Amino acid sequence: MKIEVTVNGESQEWEVPVNQTLLDALRLRGLPGTKRVCESGECGACAVIVDGLALDSCILLAVQAAGMSIVTVEGLSTGSQLHPVQEAFTQNGAIQCGFCIPGMIVTAANYLEENPSPTQEEIRHVFVGNLCRCTGYKKPIEAVLSAVRDDDTS
Amino acid sequence: MARAEWSSAMIPAAFDYIAASSVDEAIEMLQKHGDQAKLLAGGHSLLPLMKLRLAAPGVLVDLGKIEDLRYIRDAGDHLAIGSMTTHYMLESSALVQERVPLLSHAAGMVGDMQVRNRGTIGGSLAHADPASDLPSIVTVLRAGIVARGPRGERLIPADGFFQNTWTSTLYPEEVVTEIRVPYASGRTSSTYQKFRQRAADWAIVGVAVSLTLDNGSVRDAGVVLTNVGSTPVRATAVEEALRGGPSTREALGAAAERAADGLNPPGELKGSPEYKLHLARILTLRALETALSG
Ligand SMILES: Cc1cc2nc3c(=O)[nH]c(=O)nc-3n(C[C@H](O)[C@H](O)[C@H](O)COP(=O)(O)OP(=O)(O)OC[C@H]3O[C@@H](n4cnc5c(N)ncnc54)[C@H](O)[C@@H]3O)c2cc1C
Repeated sequence: MKIEVTVNGESQEWEVPVNQTLLDALRLRGLPGTKRVCESGECGACAVIVDGLALDSCILLAVQAAGMSIVTVEGLSTGSQLHPVQEAFTQNGAIQCGFCIPGMIVTAANYLEENPSPTQEEIRHVFVGNLCRCTGYKKPIEAVLSAVRDDDTS
Repeated sequence: MARAEWSSAMIPAAFDYIAASSVDEAIEMLQKHGDQAKLLAGGHSLLPLMKLRLAAPGVLVDLGKIEDLRYIRDAGDHLAIGSMTTHYMLESSALVQERVPLLSHAAGMVGDMQVRNRGTIGGSLAHADPASDLPSIVTVLRAGIVARGPRGERLIPADGFFQNTWTSTLYPEEVVTEIRVPYASGRTSSTYQKFRQRAADWAIVGVAVSLTLDNGSVRDAGVVLTNVGSTPVRATAVEEALRGGPSTREALGAAAERAADGLNPPGELKGSPEYKLHLARILTLRALETALSG
């Protein structure tokens, strides 16, 4: 089926099988930052922002996103300028094996749009849907807090 | 690379896809394709099942493009909610928070943020999963579920809508269009207690409580349990024990003792039947105490 979508700001026309997930459609088009892990919406590694909301793209058909605007982790930066959350993750060493990190960054970046100065408790609540099996939640939470702080001072 | 990518993907069996532009068109498609057809709302219950091949509909009729199923309205004596309204919309709506706080509170406890951004109240109710949260909530709130089919519209009381695991009183060619939640009369206080292992999990047991208090006594009480049977279960023994009695901690404690009366919950990996019975009593006590102090 032919659909039109906006991907990271660029309008595109896709020819997709109707049973293809948005996750697969993105990865097959050279956007591997969105990760395939649980395939059932549990782990959040495939989170992308669809029409302004972070969603699990593994349980969304590409055709369901027809006409919508999709932002993947690749689209968060502006040119070579990383998104403040990406910058904060690198500065804080918020990474273990790294596989869950794109989903965490996308989810946190999306949440900060709605609540630009969350508490630590609120950030913990946001990451409920992003599973890290290296047990590395502490640094990602610190990273988001520092992104918020840096943003305040700038 | 492309081939390796596909070989590791979980893909639902092939189907035809129709993006309905109106409820009438969706009903027409359901009639035309009969058993083969299934409605698609958020897809967050249906697609995981399709990936596991536990469901393999031949035709998916997507409601996602019908914008006028996505609304929350003050309708005078009740809240009118379009079936495609997401958990996130319920959680964040000032109107829901003010008029039916239990619904926004419970919607905020469904799954995780990504799931709440996509899953819908209509899908959640139609799916009729006994572990789901909103079926208990609409039952305790005595909501009505509006379904439209080829012969018109009917209003189904939430009590009685849920028949069995994954089974409701909906006919295959009906579409849930609206949920009507009556406003409380008098001083009501409500809460939902959900017990789970991990923060994003489904309830092992949940309990929704709504108390109408009147000068130190309980005028009316609603108590509905999640995941202790094949449908939401109204704890009638607790409700009867509370109704007309004093709103004291002792009275609530005695009533909560009866929360497991008559239950025969299925065991599962997350909890044995005995454990669930224990949780039913403890969570009911906590919910009643929270409602009393709230
Ligand atoms: C990781 C994860 C965790 C979750 N955790 C929870 C949880 O803790 N608590 C909880 O309650 N839920 C949970 N859910 C389920 C989630 O809330 C679902 O979104 C919801 O149950 C179904 O809504 P949907 O819009 O996605 O429906 P869909 O999956 O699109 O549809 C579900 C069923 O309902 C039918 N249907 C949908 N809409 C209509 C309609 N308008 N009229 C008639 N039939 C219709 C469909 O044909 C299908 O059979 C979780 C889901 C995931 C993926």
